[in-house]
Amino acid sequence: MSFDAAAVRDQFPILSEIIDGRPVHYLDNGASAQVPRAVLDAVRKYETTGRANVLRGVHRLAERATDAYENARAEVAAFLGVPAMEIVFTGGCTAAINLVAYAYGALLKPGDRILISELEHHSNIVPWQLLRDRAGIELDMVPVTTDGRIDLEKLPRLMTPRTRLISLAHVSNVTGAMVDVAAVVAAAKSVGAKVMLDGAQRAPHGPVDLPTLGVDFYVFAGHKAYGPNGVGVLWARPELLEAMPPFMGGGSMIGRVTLAETTWAPPPRRFEAGTPPIGPAIGLGAACAWMRTLDWTGAHAHEMTMVQQLMDGLQEIDGARIFGPAGLQNRYPVVSFLLDGVHPHDVAQTLDSFGVAVRAGHHCAQPLMDRFDLDGTTRVSMAPYNDRSDIDALLTGVRHAARTLR
Amino acid sequence: MSDQLYQERIVALAKARTGAGKLTAPTGSARRDNPLCGDRVTIDVKVDGQGRIAEIAHQVRGCLLCQASASALAAAAVGRDAAGVAMLRQDAERAVGRQEGEAAEPFAAFAPVRAHKSRQECVLLPFEALKDALP
Ligand SMILES: Cc1ncc(COP(=O)(O)O)c(C=O)c1O
Repeated sequence: MSFDAAAVRDQFPILSEIIDGRPVHYLDNGASAQVPRAVLDAVRKYETTGRANVLRGVHRLAERATDAYENARAEVAAFLGVPAMEIVFTGGCTAAINLVAYAYGALLKPGDRILISELEHHSNIVPWQLLRDRAGIELDMVPVTTDGRIDLEKLPRLMTPRTRLISLAHVSNVTGAMVDVAAVVAAAKSVGAKVMLDGAQRAPHGPVDLPTLGVDFYVFAGHKAYGPNGVGVLWARPELLEAMPPFMGGGSMIGRVTLAETTWAPPPRRFEAGTPPIGPAIGLGAACAWMRTLDWTGAHAHEMTMVQQLMDGLQEIDGARIFGPAGLQNRYPVVSFLLDGVHPHDVAQTLDSFGVAVRAGHHCAQPLMDRFDLDGTTRVSMAPYNDRSDIDALLTGVRHAARTLR
Repeated sequence: MSDQLYQERIVALAKARTGAGKLTAPTGSARRDNPLCGDRVTIDVKVDGQGRIAEIAHQVRGCLLCQASASALAAAAVGRDAAGVAMLRQDAERAVGRQEGEAAEPFAAFAPVRAHKSRQECVLLPFEALKDALP
């Protein structure tokens, strides 16, 4: 049976809302995805039947809360194919990358090198610049090909004996290109470097098999993966978690505190100082469980069919062109395009008047925009609940913008 | 379909590109960026002995609203000093609903932006650059 997008859509209450008299064609999933009933129910259940702090109480609500929180950790771990104790809940994807930049960065020495790419989100650039300025680390950049992929042919030349970490977007939030992880891991191994993937745009498209990928760190955001805001995930190899000092100090992350010194709790608690985002983490656990129930072979084929429909439709519009891979290979349904003579913000604003939600601008990837001398792009980012009607509404809006704004 | 923002007059102002380009020997020049959306405006001016704008040119890398505003500003600013430019800004702010009162032409054309809070900065950015370019 073919993939039933309507059945998926029915599970997302917001997608049947009528806003200003019309349904929403939500194609801004790369910024924040919508939330299914399973997630809303899990959060509601915690808030109404099990709300308490975690890890500190002996009363029943506290035990319920702790169980639900640890169960969420197990659900996230199952989604990534790793043991639960290797999962750290953070405040978000950005927080997870900053955690690694700080705590793994603490193990580095001046002159050590970190390699990122030109297409990274600012959250995978700025934490490394801060580390560079704080600790004398050198930053190297892998260039990007004209079709918006990380240019892995250039990778071997950029590896040095001092390269300690390669940190790349698993899937680009601008072009949708997926990086060839095996090639990155092989290059890293040649000099003994670690690999971190920013999975913010990959996690919303189904379970990730970390043991097969062979990377060392993986991060993603809850709100882009059908979960709540305010929670993100860091996975790292246990020996790395064990070696890293805490990022923040506070409650829960300690072994024993005296006024003179403190011993640290073992991971993952070492990295979860203070009261964690309990409700959001429980919601994210439910989102990961929900994602594991979907038929991703069908969902991916459905998403790629929509990408093809979008590409075909844009091809018929004078002056419209894709910025990113032209084909469907090794890509996810995040598609940036340009419309000659019309600024991306004006495209997006026009689309809003057609009830279509997209993102326009630099997508927090200014170095990539500078590299290609772009003001920005209009970005269409899809989820399994989207369908042909969303793409058709979008194309109608783009044609209108092309006709009236230039 | 409601498409009130891009009314013909705004589109026409943008397309007119009044003052688009650079001056060869400006007395002042300034660039302003909007970090949120990436709009970027550079304004060159040549100011006479009385502090009045004799010539003005702009380069806009930005949206249609920003282009239309720069175009309207270039048409209206010649002959004005800093105080006169401030009056124009008041018109623009009135048009987009940031200040009370009636907006005069040409900025009255921007009234549709009133309903689009996130786009108001696009209209005001050329004024920011011009303020910095003036002595
Ligand atoms: C590739 C990528 N990395 C990191 C982030 C940052 O996520 P957050 O802002 O949720 O921390 C995003 C969000 O836009 C992203 O697309």
